[in-house]
Amino acid sequence: MSAVGVIFSNIHDENVPELSNMRTMGSIPYGGRYRLIDFALSNLVNSGVTTVGIITKNNYQSLMDHLGSGKDWDLARKTGGLVLLPPFGAKDNEGLYKNRLEALKSIIGFLTRRNEDYVILCDCDGVYRMDFSDIIDYHEAKQADITLVCHTEEIANSSKYTLIKSDASGRVTDIKLDASVNGVNKFYTNILVLNRLFLIRLIQDAVSHGYKSCRRDILQRNVKSLKIFAYDFEGYHATIDSFASYFRHNMELLNKSVRDELFGARDIYTKVRDSAPSKYGDECIVKNSLVSDGCIVEGCVENSILFRGVRVGKGAVIKNSILMQDTVVGDNAQLNCVITDKNVIIRNNRVLSGCEIQPYFLGKSTIV
Amino acid sequence: MQRKKDCVAMLLAGGQGSRLYALTNNIAKPAVPFGAKYRIIDFPLSNCINSGIDTVGVLTQYQPLLLNEYIGNGQPWDLDRNFGGVHVLSPYQKKSKSAWYEGTANAIYQNLNFIRMYNPDYVLILSGDHIYKMDYSKMLRAHIEKGADCTIAAIEVSLKEASRFGILNTNEDGSIYEFEEKPKQPKSTLASMGVYIFTAEKMYKYLEEDDNDPNSSKDFGKNVLPAMLAAGEKMFAYRFEGYWKDVGTISSLWEANMDLLGNKPAFDVSDPAWKIHSRNPLAPPEYLGENAVIKNSMVALGCEVCGIIENSVLSSNVVIEGGAVVKDSVIMSGTTVRKGAVVNYSIIDEDVDVGENAIVGEPKEEAKGIAVLGRNVTVGKGAKISSGAMIDKNISEREEV
Repeated sequence: MSAVGVIFSNIHDENVPELSNMRTMGSIPYGGRYRLIDFALSNLVNSGVTTVGIITKNNYQSLMDHLGSGKDWDLARKTGGLVLLPPFGAKDNEGLYKNRLEALKSIIGFLTRRNEDYVILCDCDGVYRMDFSDIIDYHEAKQADITLVCHTEEIANSSKYTLIKSDASGRVTDIKLDASVNGVNKFYTNILVLNRLFLIRLIQDAVSHGYKSCRRDILQRNVKSLKIFAYDFEGYHATIDSFASYFRHNMELLNKSVRDELFGARDIYTKVRDSAPSKYGDECIVKNSLVSDGCIVEGCVENSILFRGVRVGKGAVIKNSILMQDTVVGDNAQLNCVITDKNVIIRNNRVLSGCEIQPYFLGKSTIV
Repeated sequence: MQRKKDCVAMLLAGGQGSRLYALTNNIAKPAVPFGAKYRIIDFPLSNCINSGIDTVGVLTQYQPLLLNEYIGNGQPWDLDRNFGGVHVLSPYQKKSKSAWYEGTANAIYQNLNFIRMYNPDYVLILSGDHIYKMDYSKMLRAHIEKGADCTIAAIEVSLKEASRFGILNTNEDGSIYEFEEKPKQPKSTLASMGVYIFTAEKMYKYLEEDDNDPNSSKDFGKNVLPAMLAAGEKMFAYRFEGYWKDVGTISSLWEANMDLLGNKPAFDVSDPAWKIHSRNPLAPPEYLGENAVIKNSMVALGCEVCGIIENSVLSSNVVIEGGAVVKDSVIMSGTTVRKGAVVNYSIIDEDVDVGENAIVGEPKEEAKGIAVLGRNVTVGKGAKISSGAMIDKNISEREEV
């Protein structure tokens, strides 16, 4: 398959401010041992893409640390491979882009030097497993100008979605931006496929018109004049649009069917840490939970997700919680609906609780 | 000026490990899985990189395929280097005298050209069948300080075990005056660990001489070291204190796995100051189900546990279905233990399928020995495998062996 991938690592940072305060959306920890960008990146690699550009904006230290040379995704290559595309300061701009179009404009050089036929653009707000070659086949069969990957699902009271209407042939007939919705709707997953040279022309045209919004000025404006098609993705797709949805979708991984679909057929790659395997003590009780490597569990863990290197002391009770890397829970502490960021320490006998809609959050390196 | 390395390590990984029976039918002993996510060779390789030795030759001969693939370019151990790094060395054809590796000394002798490429001052000889964490740089420093020609790492063993090892009899300053290979009546309990440092030129000399000796069995312990001692070379013992275990037998492999368990394990693999590097499994976090019961165990990524596990070590992607019981056992990656099956005091190799209600082994207290199931074996529903059995063929439904 001849396509280059481009991932926007920062675009939805405001969705989960608690977690993206000090990092990009792409480097938000997810599912016990992953970062959100691992899903987009692994899907690209598993679809046969060997060149992936990653657009960054700010706070991208954690992202660079995570990605390294790209070897864990098999993207440390002589030809192509992982290409970090940090903000590009030049005479006629201030470096930091303000919207997707400006970001794309700053990578025209990267896009021009490639020789693949297609570009796959994706964001880091989705958790899914998708074979992008299916989408390119669809794109070719429909002779589309642009193919938007869409997903139909219940949306709970949000105005962050781009709603799509398409006709029987799949051609997009209407695009609604940021409409306030509650209910089952078809929306655009921020994944799109188009011809590389056509994308360059679109960007140049948008720049010369002074356009600001990719969705409004390129997609919505051209619904009639361009052949925009919707590809309906039927599989599991989690959109991380808020802190509550981050919590809910993480917890969905406790369902075997979701796990099998995400991790079953192809691997999801991530940075390797060489942690020891997890150890379970004599008095531990662990039920319906995901535990990553390097953990030492001596207490009770139920309906929870433990990231790498978490320690749970004796007599501690952890329910419905997500504990990120190297969190330490002291003896006899009790946690319910709590999300801890990395390196949080909870001392002995502390009792903390949130609720499912608003989990109690402890920021990086907090000591309670 | 020629580029050089101070010290080059040579890792003897050619052994068949016949005392591991079914576990080494198709793989070399150093490639045998250990401790839920490691293989035995991870320990000497991690020791090398953690000791600052970045040039390692791995000598293979028996079933090298999996070992070659596992080592690859050495990247998991940070041993992918422009100059140095890890290299797999198999026997090769020469203009004359092409041969398999005959003994440990001969294996090194056949690869002297590899060592000379790095022009080292010292050569470290390691074996690929021990589990331990050791800082070789301290041993090298002792070797240099004593001005030794050969330093042998040694550990105190019990008098009962001593006759299984090469025993070093030393003077007060640590210099060796006698070397006994597997003595019936050991004079001391200081055992050689099979870890040697040679001053390179001396080693070249004695390996040449050994090769010219038609009566030699071309083994370090039996021939080269005694010859050096007889010639009056300066040989010292370097005392190592800490955990060290030869995992060349089924029972010692089982014991070493159990030594990882507990609150204060006899052997700790999670020490951040001495990381054990390995090729990592690609798998999601392990899942423990609604009815899972887990006590004093080690579990690797990708496992799905719905049954009962006690005092056991599970490698990646092992599935323990509901109602199954696993006790005092070591289970390697990709194995499935189905509903109602009971596994006691066993070692089960990779990709084994233990059928519903099958019984493998007997409770540890009553068992005659450890039951072993080899790679890819399928055990049919309701089959029964007695304790101490070594199985490398499929077992059909309700069969009893």
